[in-house]
This record gives sequence, C-alpha cells and structure tokens, in this order.
Amino acid sequence: MSNPILAQFMNELLSGRLKLVDLTQTLAPEFPTIVLPPEFGQAWPFRIEEISRYDERGPAWYWNNFSMSEHTGTHFDAPAHWISGKDLPDNTVDSIPAENFIAAACVIDVSAESAENPDFLLTVDYVKAWEEQHGRIPERAWVLLRTDWSKRATPKEYLNMAEDGAHSPGPDAEVVPWLVRERNVHGFGTESVGTDAGQAHHLNPPYPCHYYMHGNNRYGLQCLTNLDQLPPQGALIFAAPLKIRNGSGSPLRVLALAPSA
Amino acid sequence: MSEALVKPKKKNPVERTRLATLPPGARSRSAQGLTRAAAEGSFELQVCADCATVQYPPREVCGHCLSEHLTWEPVDNRGELIALTTLRHSNDLYFRERLPWRVGTVKMAAGPVVVAHVHEDCATPDTSGVPVRLSLKLDRSGQAVLHALPEKDTPNMNDAPQMRESTCDPKFRRVLVTDGKSAMGMAVAKAMLDAGASAVFLGDPTTWKTVAAFDKLAADPRVQVVELDVTDTDSVDRLAASIGGKVEILVNTASYLRDGGILGRKDVILARDAMEVNVLGLMRLAQAFGPGMCFRAADGSNHAVAWVNVLSIHALAALPARGAWSASMAAALSAAQTLRAELRGAGVRVVNIFPGPIDEEWEQLTPPPKLAPSAVAKAIVRGLQDGVEDVYVGEIAEEIRERLRENHKGVERELGQ
Repeated sequence: MSNPILAQFMNELLSGRLKLVDLTQTLAPEFPTIVLPPEFGQAWPFRIEEISRYDERGPAWYWNNFSMSEHTGTHFDAPAHWISGKDLPDNTVDSIPAENFIAAACVIDVSAESAENPDFLLTVDYVKAWEEQHGRIPERAWVLLRTDWSKRATPKEYLNMAEDGAHSPGPDAEVVPWLVRERNVHGFGTESVGTDAGQAHHLNPPYPCHYYMHGNNRYGLQCLTNLDQLPPQGALIFAAPLKIRNGSGSPLRVLALAPSA
Repeated sequence: MSEALVKPKKKNPVERTRLATLPPGARSRSAQGLTRAAAEGSFELQVCADCATVQYPPREVCGHCLSEHLTWEPVDNRGELIALTTLRHSNDLYFRERLPWRVGTVKMAAGPVVVAHVHEDCATPDTSGVPVRLSLKLDRSGQAVLHALPEKDTPNMNDAPQMRESTCDPKFRRVLVTDGKSAMGMAVAKAMLDAGASAVFLGDPTTWKTVAAFDKLAADPRVQVVELDVTDTDSVDRLAASIGGKVEILVNTASYLRDGGILGRKDVILARDAMEVNVLGLMRLAQAFGPGMCFRAADGSNHAVAWVNVLSIHALAALPARGAWSASMAAALSAAQTLRAELRGAGVRVVNIFPGPIDEEWEQLTPPPKLAPSAVAKAIVRGLQDGVEDVYVGEIAEEIRERLRENHKGVERELGQ
C-alpha cells in the first residue's frame, strides 16, 4: 500500500513548492582542513589522483582514487569523536540509528555579528531572543549557525589564523548544555571548519560544543554552506554519514528541504 | 678576461626553441672513476700502489709497471698548457653549435699529459708553457671532462660559455623553491638572489599561515609567490601549467621531518605523511616540471639546467630515532637517482644535497653541531656554480660519508644506539 504522504511530498518537490538546498562544500584539495598544533596527529586533507581518463590506463572509463580524513570537507561528527562521548551506545557512524539522519533544523543567523566580530560567541540570551522572534526550537532539531563563513573566498580568510590561533564564531560554553538540556536538540552545525569557535580552546571546558554535544550523544555538522537559503524554522535536513566501521565521523552530502520562499 | 654575462633578452616567441644536444657520453668502466670525482667536486686520478705513477687516461693496469693495483686518489691539479687549438669546425652536433671551442694539451705536475677544454682566460702558450689548474667537471652528458683553468681566478670566469656548459650557475636564471615558507626555503631563495638569479618563484604550501619573514622576502620585486603543495597533484600540475616554461633551476625544499622509529608507534600515518611529501612530492614535481625543463635545456644562455633535491645524510644511513623519516629519505634518494638518469638525456643535472642536522624547529632537541639553513643554501649555490652532483654539507655529513666508506656496519650500529 502506498503512503499518500510520500506521493504528496514528491508532488511538492516536483512542483517547486518545496526546494532542495545542497548544504555541502565541494571536495577539493585546496579546501582547508582543521589545523592542530603540528606535534599532534593531523587530519588528511582531500587528495585525488586519476586512475584513468579514457586513456592507456583505462580506455573507456574515467575514475579517481581519493584520500581524506573522516573530518575533511563538509562532515558529520559522531559522539565517539570526543572523549566525552567515547562510552556512549551507538556513538559511531556505523551504529547511529538511521532515523537520526533526518531531522528538522533551526537556522540562527549571526552573520552580521560575525562580520563585525570573528570571535562572536552564541549565548543563551541570544537564542532566547531568537526564539521570541522565530518560535521555540523544536525537540530533536539541528541548530545551525549561519555566519556566512562559507562565503570567505580563500583558505586564509576562512581559517582566519592569527598568532594566537584561528578566529571564527561558535557557541559559548553555557549555550551548548542549555540547548541539550532545555531544548533537547539533535546536534549543532556550523559553516566554519569546526562546530566550536576558533578560540574555543580557551573556553571552559575547551571545545564546549564537542564536549557537551558528543557527551550527550548528539551530533555535529561543519563546513556547511548555503545556510543563507534556509528559513529560520521549517527546514528538514538529510545528513547520513558513510557507514565506516567504528568511524568517528565522515564526509557527507548534506541536503536540506525547505518551503520555497 | 671573460666578458660578464649579460641578462638574456626576452625570447622571441616565434623562433623555434633550440633542442638540447649532448657531447659524446660513452665512457669505459675505468673512466667512471673520473665521473665520481667530478660529481663530488674533487680532483682525482689513478695512482699505482706499486710504482706511484699517476695514470691518465684511466686504465686497468699501470702504464709504467703493469701492476693491477691502481687506486683513485686526490692528485696535484697543476700543470702547464703546452699546446692550444681553437676548433672552428666539428661534425659533432653538440660542439658544432658551440664553436669556436678551445682545447689544449696540459703537462701535469703529477706526470701525465692530458687533453683538456681550455678556458678563454688561459693565455696562449708560445715557447714556454702557461701555468694552469686542471679541474674535473661534469659535461652536459653527465660525464667527467678536464677543464684547464687560469692559475688564479679571473673576474667573471664562470660566465665563459665553456664554463657555463659544465656548471649550473644561478646567475640570470629563474629558480623555483618548492617550499619557500620553511627556514630552508627562505634561505635558499635569498642565496639564489644573492647569486644573481633573475627571479625566484617562492612556493607557499600554507597560504592560510602568516610568516613575517616570508612576507618580507616576498616584497622583493624579483620574488613571485606561488601556491604549491607537493602533496596535491592538482596544485603541482596547475603551477607547472603556469610557470613550467620559466623554471631553469628547481630546488625541492619541501620536507617533512618528525621524530619516531617504527615499533614505538601504532600507525604508519607519520611514515605515510613523510613519504607523501619527501618521495611522492618529488615524483609529482618531476612529472609536472621535468618535461618542460628538458624541452628548455638548450634555450639560450639561461636554459633550464638543474634539479636540486635537499635530502639528508640519513638518506644513506638510517637514523633509527627518526626511522620513518629516514626511510622516506632513502626512498627520495632512490627516486632522485632515477630522475637523474631520466633528465640526463636532456643535459639537465640532478644535484642531491646531503646535509647533517639542520638548526630548525623539528631538530630543536638535536645537539650541536647543527647547520644554519643559510649555510646549506650557500652550499647549494656553490654546488651549482661548481657543477657537482652530490653535495655533503657540514662535518656530521662528511663524517658519516667517510665512515660509510670505511665500515658501513659500524655506522649502522652507532646510529642505532
């Protein structure tokens, strides 16, 4: 028996009343990967080598080998990525229940504040003010932080490194546990290279978004783009990581469904 | 006196680029002893262990007493030019394009009489001989030839066309420094500019990182910053497509050094990262820049001439405390030897640099003596000016090289302590 809702959904999509927005950055070697102090292990950037292209290496076919870390490009963070989530059930990309790969999303636009201050931190008060305008964050929804960071043209502007490290916006240490406890969110997503702010190692705890989200079995999405095309409320996110055994995360295609404006 | 080289004019783009020709390259196995000496920048001939006669040309048995005990030894390089001829005709393609060419006969103080290329600053002998110094140099075929040089250095001596053929002088050449953001890369760029390079392409593998010294260097109008990450095939290919036709000397300073042996780690990520930069990076650069350099190997007085690999003395003997890195150095040396064979057909020289420990961030805990990057850079420039193939820099490199000849097992044991 077919379900009329799915048929209706396809109708809405085909008619253009629903739009599909690709929130994924293109995987390319020059796309920046997170930079840790050089004495730590480093995530591999995206690298690609041609296997053949209709040539002597394979006359009728074109294909490539590629390599990268689980945390390169637009990617998903599983709870096991952080030490606070290491002992939780279903905390790796292969064991996360598949229904968790679809969730609603709230988009909090802090692009103006971020342009003004690259170290802008999202606070509880800011979210409460946002809720007054756009409504309460529903249960199990992604909270996506729109900073317009994806519009920064070069790796230098995107990573925004100074002598004291990277400068990019993110949540403060109070808002993350509040979002989990008070709003039961699904996870947190950003446009910058990590879910935490560039200077988040100075917060308490360091990297609070990683610490609290993953410590509560919630997820992360980063290096997102096109958040400016989503409404504050009402979008639906498809974000299914690759099924890597014991994987701590994975590059993925993130698609959003939203009503056409 | 040699005329100072003038900066070559811009090339006429509608004239056909002259292709490289090579001087005769066949040598006997004995004569390869000269090649080794020339490649390392020393002056050696065979000396008979029984009767002490100095031999030339190289041979199997002593020309005086027929003893088989001939050993290669440094000998007095002084002599007298006793006859001089200027060739104005040759059926050999290489010399035909380079006429007139001076050759002469030199009676060596050590005994033998040799035929040598004669520098234009050597006086013409009349009734008495003209004192000269002999130098063993590699020609464009990569084989040793004798050059008779004036007794004392003369101004612009390296600018003489004959010398320019056997050396790789950076003067008026354009140099790509693959990682220009490292201490070594910046030192090499400065040394090249000081040596008269007309331009330096300064590779930047980390555009997101601000390095004040790099920015200062980049402000020099002769320096052009280029994005280049040798682990990224696309980045290497893009740069070659843009400046591949301008690189006359390539110095590969891209390097990845980390401590750690093999058993002490749970993964091969460090080893793989070292291979990515030190070995595969070299191969990517070769595939992208090699063909263009070969094509331009006879293109005017500033033709493409040399490929320099900054390796380590530990390419020859592993340092187990940096085992994974040592393996990458050995692999890089092996790749460089293949590249040398492949580029020799066009007359482009591969120069390998074997420094000891360098005073840079990843060698912080290495006890002195350590080499300043500027000292290594100067040794690279000198190696290019002298036209050698292998350059050992610093006392530690020299010592390991000597001891490898004496007892390579001993070196293995000691480096492993």
